[in-house]
Amino acid sequence: MDQSRVPILTALEQFKSMRIVPFDVPGHKRGRGNPELTRFLGEACLTVDVNSMKPLDNLCHPTTVIREAEELAADAFGARHAFLMVGGTTSSVQSMVLSVVSRGDEIILPRNVHRSVINALVLTGAIPVYVNPQMNDRLGISLGMSVSDVKAAIEKHPNAKAVLVNNPTYYGICSDIRSIVKLAHDAGMKVLADEAHGTHFYFGDNMPCSAMAAGADLASVSMHKSGGSLTQSSFLLCGQSMNPDHVRQFINLTQTTSGSYLLMVSLDISRKNLALHGKEIFRKVTDLTEYAREEINQLGDYYAYGRELINGDTVFDFDATKLAVNTLDLGLAGIEVYDILRDFYDIQTEFGDLGNLLAYVSVGDRERDLERLVAALSDIRRRYKRDKAELMRQEYINPQVVAGPQEAFYAEKQSLPLENTIGRICAEFVMCYPPGIPILAPGERITQDILDYIRYAKEKNCLLTGTEDPSVDTLQVIKGVISPCI
Amino acid sequence: MHLSFTEMHTPTVGLQIAVDRQLYTEQSEFQRIDVFECEEFGRFLTLDGYMMLTERDEFIYHEMMVHVPLAVRGENIKKVLVIGGGDGGCVRELCRYDHIEHIDLVEIDERVVSVCREYLPTVACSLSDPRVHLLFQDGLKYIRRVSGEYDLIIIDSTDPFGPGEGLFTMEFYGNCYKALTEDGVLVNQHESPFYKDDARACQRAHKNIVHSFELSRLFQAHIPTYPSGHWLFGFSSRGIHPVHDLKADWWNSLGIETKYYNTNLHKGAFYLPNYVQKLLEKVEEN
Repeated sequence: MDQSRVPILTALEQFKSMRIVPFDVPGHKRGRGNPELTRFLGEACLTVDVNSMKPLDNLCHPTTVIREAEELAADAFGARHAFLMVGGTTSSVQSMVLSVVSRGDEIILPRNVHRSVINALVLTGAIPVYVNPQMNDRLGISLGMSVSDVKAAIEKHPNAKAVLVNNPTYYGICSDIRSIVKLAHDAGMKVLADEAHGTHFYFGDNMPCSAMAAGADLASVSMHKSGGSLTQSSFLLCGQSMNPDHVRQFINLTQTTSGSYLLMVSLDISRKNLALHGKEIFRKVTDLTEYAREEINQLGDYYAYGRELINGDTVFDFDATKLAVNTLDLGLAGIEVYDILRDFYDIQTEFGDLGNLLAYVSVGDRERDLERLVAALSDIRRRYKRDKAELMRQEYINPQVVAGPQEAFYAEKQSLPLENTIGRICAEFVMCYPPGIPILAPGERITQDILDYIRYAKEKNCLLTGTEDPSVDTLQVIKGVISPCI
Repeated sequence: MHLSFTEMHTPTVGLQIAVDRQLYTEQSEFQRIDVFECEEFGRFLTLDGYMMLTERDEFIYHEMMVHVPLAVRGENIKKVLVIGGGDGGCVRELCRYDHIEHIDLVEIDERVVSVCREYLPTVACSLSDPRVHLLFQDGLKYIRRVSGEYDLIIIDSTDPFGPGEGLFTMEFYGNCYKALTEDGVLVNQHESPFYKDDARACQRAHKNIVHSFELSRLFQAHIPTYPSGHWLFGFSSRGIHPVHDLKADWWNSLGIETKYYNTNLHKGAFYLPNYVQKLLEKVEEN
């Protein structure tokens, strides 16, 4: 296909030149009704913030330009079909889970999934079977799933409907997705890939294997992360085994009927850009990241990890465009360095967890910005380095799933102070955001280890979210006793 | 024919100079470099359209950047680092002191040096002095690897909107602190306190410096071709005071002939207008 085509952009441009009188929504009418917003965002932006109409197609049931944009995207990603998504990769993930598992079905997944995955389980009523993703103790990060652990889970839960894989994790770590696909398919299970952090796998050279290339059935791709489209725009990719018309039914359960053309055109343009220039773009990103990694590792006490972590199993591959830096030897938690960088150095990084900092590097970066980051890390070391004895390392806490997420979420609840919740079953999420990986999910038993972790994260000023109580002094737990689901 | 150069100092106020001819133009890897000639100011250099120096008034800026720290630290200053300053103006003033042994000039854009050598020889004249070592690289990157080495660091940067941005940051000042000797001094061009955007840049730079140095004082000069004509410089150290530690007699005994600087003006330059003091106090409190 001709990847230089941008059907949605072309249609919008044509539409502008037609100078149609709008007696339809949106009510701002090309921005005239909201001058302040128009001044802020620009007239060019407001004139294409329009509704579905015949010349512009309809996202819920595309037949013309959106259809073509989807086909072009499918071609670019090597998928059977690609859906333009406007509700964030969260909505891609939810649609992909809803498409393959229903109430009571089991789904095999690593514990370090994004909250959107478990949210989807609340919606469908499916039951999670967690695979321990193994920890790197030195770094305090979860890794990928070991193929043998997936195999064991499949054998133990032969009726599970699907296996979900992070490809890669937020930190850039990939599981052996090809082998996992083979195991799952042999057992009659679908494979879903959360590729929120893997858009570039489809376009760069020497990248880890993408989900579609591995033969996965569905993949959620955050085009707005490394792909450069607007925030909240995303793709849901279908592999050869999936019926796209069937998947669209599930997407339309929760997706807006007023899809934003700003988001859609940004997907269209970004797809073209990656298809035509992706190799060169991601070579530049990799070079910048590798340079920064090398420089940071020379500063001392910081460890910016890379492909040396690859071990053939739980770190089957590593995404070299990720710049994650371990800060524990400095005596500082990652979140502390993250805060210092923002408060004193005017540098905003993606997130800090207990032991690591993640700087997001992309096509928009310049060498001199990376110099600033490196120089700031060097200065922070000089000023703030301290004894590391008091730092807590993140350890894997094996979740005890007592009730299904849906059952727990909808159960009768009561609110208890943290210290009184040990042994109770949690009815809500607790997570640090970002990365948004749950510490507790609905249906899981609360233990002393988990409470210690929550207290420490609070003390280090991590942003804890997911709970009804914004200060996380109390937790919602299930009232009374419930019969275990598994 | 009427040819003129305009630099807007605010969205509605600008400096306009009738230009006799354009001597040179180039888009380097980092910025656009132009040299013009005019009646009032002689030749002048602009980077990305911003006035850097004119033959007529550059002495004010360069004398203040160099003689102020030299009159305080005197013969203790043996090894000097100039960051930016590819025009060679600061180096020229430094080379007037025989006791200075070594001068490193770290300039990101090699083309600026070449262009100034050719078109502004009265400014670039000392760049070939054997004590001067030219290094073409990012100042922020250079300074990161240096520790306890320089007696004086002069930051002769462009404005903080462009390639010079990194030279106004906390990480840069922090690394300069590390690169200085115990009694070392940092002097930097500190923007203007007058127009709103410049004042904000000035405040931010000051905030970053006071977080990095035990002592930091500002001094001023009047430069006709810079925005508002009122310009500030910073003097920072681990404790050396720019006025209390001034060695006026020593400096006057050298007999260096200057057009702007003298040791009385040195003291006076550190007494700032009330509105400037307020501007600085605001960030010092936090």
